[in-house]
Amino acid sequence: MPKLRIVFDRVRLEEKMLEEKAIELGHDTKMIDAKITNISTESKKNDFDFGDVVLERCVSYFRGLHITACLEFLDIPVFNKFEVANNCGNKMLTSLLLKKHNVPTPKTYFSFSSESAVETLEKQGYPLVIKPIIGSWGRGVILLKDRETADAIIEVRELTDGPLDRIFYLQEAIKRPPRDIRAIAVGDQVIAAMYRTSSGGFKTNIALGGEPVPCEITKDLEDICMKASKAVGGGILGIDIMEDEKRGFVVHEVNNTVEFKGLAKVAKRNIPKEMIEYAVSSAVR
Amino acid sequence: MNCPECDANLKIPGDASVGEIISCPDCGADFEIASKNGAVCELKHAEKVGEDWGE
Repeated sequence: MPKLRIVFDRVRLEEKMLEEKAIELGHDTKMIDAKITNISTESKKNDFDFGDVVLERCVSYFRGLHITACLEFLDIPVFNKFEVANNCGNKMLTSLLLKKHNVPTPKTYFSFSSESAVETLEKQGYPLVIKPIIGSWGRGVILLKDRETADAIIEVRELTDGPLDRIFYLQEAIKRPPRDIRAIAVGDQVIAAMYRTSSGGFKTNIALGGEPVPCEITKDLEDICMKASKAVGGGILGIDIMEDEKRGFVVHEVNNTVEFKGLAKVAKRNIPKEMIEYAVSSAVR
Repeated sequence: MNCPECDANLKIPGDASVGEIISCPDCGADFEIASKNGAVCELKHAEKVGEDWGE
């Protein structure tokens, strides 16, 4: 049986579910803490016990991305691959790839200074949604309803002035029901999907209290998810979809280290099992 | 074992694993289980939520 390693930095319910399922399936399974792992340019695969395949499950995006680069340097198969993690971890790269591969996606505008961002807002009109290009759980995602709100948010960005604060990602506010769809794609299949209803505001993240409701995996949903998955490079992905009143499905995000405790409550298929079987079979192929 | 912050009694579930977070019911401090040997756990302060945390 192939040896499976789960690289983590904080054990959430998802990592426990993955470990338990892998052991139940009979795999030699170990958890490896990224925080206490040292790798160098001189390292060799045999210096470590990374097994035959690694599931990278760090909650810190940059930590996960960089350890993935090191694991690939050691010729260890990792899910997701570095390229995929990089494409999904940065919302701007994701949007560009989705559009490039003809996946319906909200119109998104990129500006590289606060002056240009204001210019975009005034030209396109309000509301637009501003999102940090790196980050999750809906944090920093703000509906800019008017010039006053926009000025306030932009001023805060100027005060914090981190390198990523200078990249302005502004997205059209989709006219949609107060919910979105989260689908989990594993390889060439959608294994589970749910509606996430808003817990009050315009955000629908489960991390913010959005309620999971089962969603039928129709052919249209499967098709758009597969296109989105291919656009970012494939693997184990959480695809976020909105239902635009006029255009139908639009993909707004693809997540790399997918959280699934909400979806696992309503999914018919066993999510950790599907993830493990895909990783193992892809690695030994 | 006791909370390294406020000395309250910390109940660590038997099936808790390395990397899991334990919160002190009294002072609210979060600790990560750094190592575990039977019922003996070594704790360290949990990392704060980072800007890049998430999916």
